[in-house]
Amino acid sequence: MTIRPGLLALLASGPSHGYQLKTGFEAATGGMWKLNVGQVYTTLDRLGRDGCVVVDVHDDQKRYAITAAGREELESWWQALPGDDSPPRDELVMKVLLAIAAAPQAALDVVTGQRTALTEVLQRRRRALRAEARGGADLVARLAADAAVVRAEGDLRWLDLCEARLLELHRTTEPNSHPVTNQEAHR
Amino acid sequence: MNAPALQVVDVVKRYGSGPTEVRALTGVSLTVGPGELVAVMGPSGCGKSTLLHLAGGLEPPSAGHVLVHGVDLDGLSPAEMARLRRNHVGYVFQRLNLVPSLTALENVMLPLELDGMRRKEARAEAEAALAGAGLAGPWDRYPDDFSGGQQQRIAIARATVGERSLVLADEPTGSLDTVNAELVVELLTELCVRRGTAVVLVTHEPRFASFADRVVFLRDGRVVDQTRATDRAVDDTAVAVRR
Repeated sequence: MTIRPGLLALLASGPSHGYQLKTGFEAATGGMWKLNVGQVYTTLDRLGRDGCVVVDVHDDQKRYAITAAGREELESWWQALPGDDSPPRDELVMKVLLAIAAAPQAALDVVTGQRTALTEVLQRRRRALRAEARGGADLVARLAADAAVVRAEGDLRWLDLCEARLLELHRTTEPNSHPVTNQEAHR
Repeated sequence: MNAPALQVVDVVKRYGSGPTEVRALTGVSLTVGPGELVAVMGPSGCGKSTLLHLAGGLEPPSAGHVLVHGVDLDGLSPAEMARLRRNHVGYVFQRLNLVPSLTALENVMLPLELDGMRRKEARAEAEAALAGAGLAGPWDRYPDDFSGGQQQRIAIARATVGERSLVLADEPTGSLDTVNAELVVELLTELCVRRGTAVVLVTHEPRFASFADRVVFLRDGRVVDQTRATDRAVDDTAVAVRR
């Protein structure tokens, strides 16, 4: 997504200065998305050009307010489903699929290595979340961290499925052997 | 230096023999230090629960050694084994195994009374364990009067009551919703930090494994990988085993 609907969402609750919008956006997204202030002003200029915001001067600073057209665009964004018109092409999926194409046996090593690394990421996020909770983390920070955990869980579940299907394939083709992986051979 | 809470050294577990022999575990080693939470993950049938049974002396290994607080289970008589399990090892299962005709307090007192502790002392210990498990009273209600999450807290109190310093938990979150399950794993984590309890947590949920200091992955009865240990954790390769 772009920051455009995010700025409109913040302006829906009242007029604001450009820098306030930058800090407000970062706080609302739990620190997950840091903005460059130039990016904020460029987007505000485009919103003004499209009639979605109007500008006045307040305390010697430009202040932005949402228009009816802006509210209409924002409402359309709330209603729209996240884009799903292209197939998922993230690096993890590509890496495992290409490893299977190259050598199904060695693909188990890739799955194992990726899963361990991703679990470590999940452990680090969990520790950060626990530390924040001890410091009285607010709801937004907690939900942002939860989102990161849930996405990593999704990837891990997929890797588990990859492992199960690869083992099933191995047992079908070589029923009496243990699939010794490169990692085990190197121990 | 204190002995690790648990050392599993190159264990093999076979069931059956000849053409029907099944190898549940092959050359598995695992060391868990005091206050360490280790999660064990892997697909169904990979040997997770078998490893837990061996660690708690519920079954003997076909080869290799299991040591609890430095004591090799292989050399123990049945009476010694029972005493070691009662005094040092607590179990938490997905099925809670609470006695339905005993109150929450009596369930937690049970292992202490079986060990010969006087009722008054057992009661004090059980009350401390229930409070430590975050279960609000009154505790003179029966297990069915509590929610699933609360029942699991009773089971954890029973597993950790007294001097028990090694808890073996087999899918303890299996019957709970996500929020309650997270509270249960949070409680196990707190026990590690606060009381120095060592916990081995078998789970198939990455969410709960992420609470662990270290995650060990099993496949076809072998350890195929593990996450890097945190500072508190004990490095398997650094532990010399006295036989």
